[in-house]
Amino acid sequence: MISLVVNGEARHVDVPEDVPLLWVLREELGLTGTKFGCGMALCGACTVHLEGSPVRSCVVPVGEVRGKKVLTIEGLGAEALSAIQRAWIAENVPQCGYCQSGQVMSATALLRARPAPTDEDIDAVLSANLCRCGTYVRIRRAVKRAAAELAGEPPPKDRP
Amino acid sequence: MTGSATRRDLLRIGAAVGGALVLELVLPGCSAAIRPIPPGAGPGDFVPNAWIRVTPEDRVVFTLDRVEMGQGTMTSHAQLVAEELAVKPEALVIVLADADRAYDNPALGLQMTGGSSSVKASFLPLRRAAATAREMLRAAAARRWAVPIDGCAAEDGAIVHAATGRRARYGELCAQAAHEAVPADVTLRPAAELRVIGTSVARLDARSKVDGSAIYGIDVKVPGLCTAVVLRPPVLGATLVRFDGGLARTQPGVVDIVAIPQGVAVVAERYWQARRAAASVQVVWSEGEAWIDSDALRASYLARAARPATAARSDGDAEGAERKAARVLTATYELPYLAHAPLEPQNATASVTEHRCEVWAPTQSPGLAKEVAHRVTGLPYEAIVIHQTLLGGGFGRRLAQDYVEEAVEVSRRVRRPVKVLFSREDEMRHSQYRPMAVSVLRGGLDAGGAIVSWHHRVVTQSILAQSTPDYGALLPDGTPMAVKLATVRAVAAVVGGNGVPDPSSVEGAATVAYAIPNLRVELASVAHAVPVGPWRSVGYSHTVFAVESFFDELALAAGKDPFLLRRELLARAPRERAVLELCAARAGWGGPLPAGRGRGIAQAKAFGTACAHVAEVSVERGQIKIHRFVSAIDCGTVVNPGLVRAQVESAIAFGLSAALKQEITLRGGRVVQGNFHEFEPLRLHEMPEVEVHLVPSDAPPSGVGEPGVPAVAPAVANAVFAAVGRRLRVLPLARALALPQVPG
Repeated sequence: MISLVVNGEARHVDVPEDVPLLWVLREELGLTGTKFGCGMALCGACTVHLEGSPVRSCVVPVGEVRGKKVLTIEGLGAEALSAIQRAWIAENVPQCGYCQSGQVMSATALLRARPAPTDEDIDAVLSANLCRCGTYVRIRRAVKRAAAELAGEPPPKDRP
Repeated sequence: MTGSATRRDLLRIGAAVGGALVLELVLPGCSAAIRPIPPGAGPGDFVPNAWIRVTPEDRVVFTLDRVEMGQGTMTSHAQLVAEELAVKPEALVIVLADADRAYDNPALGLQMTGGSSSVKASFLPLRRAAATAREMLRAAAARRWAVPIDGCAAEDGAIVHAATGRRARYGELCAQAAHEAVPADVTLRPAAELRVIGTSVARLDARSKVDGSAIYGIDVKVPGLCTAVVLRPPVLGATLVRFDGGLARTQPGVVDIVAIPQGVAVVAERYWQARRAAASVQVVWSEGEAWIDSDALRASYLARAARPATAARSDGDAEGAERKAARVLTATYELPYLAHAPLEPQNATASVTEHRCEVWAPTQSPGLAKEVAHRVTGLPYEAIVIHQTLLGGGFGRRLAQDYVEEAVEVSRRVRRPVKVLFSREDEMRHSQYRPMAVSVLRGGLDAGGAIVSWHHRVVTQSILAQSTPDYGALLPDGTPMAVKLATVRAVAAVVGGNGVPDPSSVEGAATVAYAIPNLRVELASVAHAVPVGPWRSVGYSHTVFAVESFFDELALAAGKDPFLLRRELLARAPRERAVLELCAARAGWGGPLPAGRGRGIAQAKAFGTACAHVAEVSVERGQIKIHRFVSAIDCGTVVNPGLVRAQVESAIAFGLSAALKQEITLRGGRVVQGNFHEFEPLRLHEMPEVEVHLVPSDAPPSGVGEPGVPAVAPAVANAVFAAVGRRLRVLPLARALALPQVPG
């Protein structure tokens, strides 16, 4: 039995240590907001926070998470949507939406590390998250909008 | 019920959908077929047609019959209903339609979302359906209050009678409305009075897609569900010889290991258990078509391009004019196979019992899914229920139903609800690819530099010939299987041979709008075992790269500006011309650029919509960098400008992925690429700045999902030439750039 803390709640799962955290979240705990895209940490759709840092849950063996804190998309906005989530809605970022849980989790970690990210910061972190619908222009805008909101500034002006 | 409708009846239904009287059409013996009750309908509900339901609790339920795969149908179609029913779009309860012939797409003949047809095909029918409901609610209120109907207006989910100040919510009028006569004709809101259509309503699915609650096919949960992974033949055309699952069977959670027509299914309680057990299944496959190799195919296509082929269009006398031309240019363009690579791997969930089959699938065609389930189980149509889920990307890949077929087959065998889930490698290697294509163009210029002849020969596989068996589902439901197969084979023979060219192989080439007096387009369809299918913008995705690149080559050879020459030769194509002009103006065509940068322009009309791009690029250390894209689009009447812009942004990213770096190659009959490091979509740092401009129009709406894709690659190639003087005629451009430079 492996114990971990998911979205603030103690959970216990009876699986081998080397099962990827992604499948424990999805199949054992029923948290399907975290998505499977590649299984090789190439697309970022499975991004969750482990002890506050973004990880690709498809390559993290659950044994390494024993006793640790995991935050998933379901936990992020459980009480109220976060600034990132609100900005994502305001900029109409999602299309098919399949990658967006991972995008939101990565962007959340970015803003925590860099509250006023430059374009280079955004490139460096969010280029690891693929979006096949190509919502990148809006992702960039939404990150800046959320950063502005958190800094108490008005949202950046819309472009044509 | 549904299944017993004949083709002629279905056509009548189709016509009726256009006339908003779906519910009044009664077919002998199968009236229920055209009056499906959306899931959860209660006895007190007002259900005027297949799309609208009002409950006594005042919930207005809209059944969405076009899948939501990112293109925004959930929002745009809700707007169409909201406009005529006088409710706020966000007040609608949106339900995804199960498979039912009432939801056949009038543009495609079955329940399918594709061909950039969703807004175009639903624009009037959905509005009429909503207006019908509105009129019946007005009539109900007028009867209740004993006032003339003219004084009863629909406003924000209620009928109001201004003269007496009376007001009734739609929910309060349900019981009466259900008994009102269906109006023979309804008046739609005049264009000048539209309040919802034409506005950028925020996406109604955005919230569920940022909080993790949106349910895709992969997320479907059913009691007793197990998961299957399928081992499929690694070589094209190979089949299962034998397998040994003895060791795998002893692994934790394994339910069963069964041979199915597609390969070997390893079924376990959990996906990770099935995936692990699959690694220890010993499988022997037949040799298959191991000769298939991309380089060999390319060589054979180039050889085929040297011989005459079937004319798909012939204006004037291209060959005669070419003989008299002062100069003739020739160029060959090559494009690879491409995968769709939607981020959600293919999957489907099925629960098959002796008497019933229920499927949950992220499919672009619930209608085809139903036909497939019927074929696999032999169950009558009325015993089959197909539920759609959200799609984690479609791009044409989910028009095929292989994942549905597998899930139904496995569930039938193990008698449990089963979800079949592809790995990324399964997804990449077992697909229906955008066909490889070779285009050879010859253009004649007269002494003054005018284009006097244009000859374009396309060599590619016919998607229609290969996928026709799937479209056998289009035949009448009662048709015996033998007749269906014979018909399908006959169609395939005509299309695939050199009889009638497959229009989807030459669209974009045969539809060139430039005023060139002598123009000939030929198609050589080649047939072999590489599976091909529609990929976002289908034939345009390869032909337009050749056409728009070659047009640039001719213009520059004639000493003319590529934009001005396009503009001149589009004199008789006013919509294309207006789009081109707007795009060039907003991009500052001809204006100064930072050192090392070049601009390229390209345009195409596809799916009824004209779209042009200007790309700004530079080449730095052997890498193409895209700085900026300026685009213009004319898609007729716009339902939601924000969604149109988003689709063009998406098309640019999708088009750039293919233009710059993606290709599927084959070695020894196997697809080489398996995961995103080998077939990489564009990443955020590679995305240029984008500006999208909409041409105002009151023409009927046309497509938006695909038309932005075709002109992306040629705009980039033309810009690369402008920047560094190298003409790249091979996609992906990264590979072309690495090839040795050939003069000319």
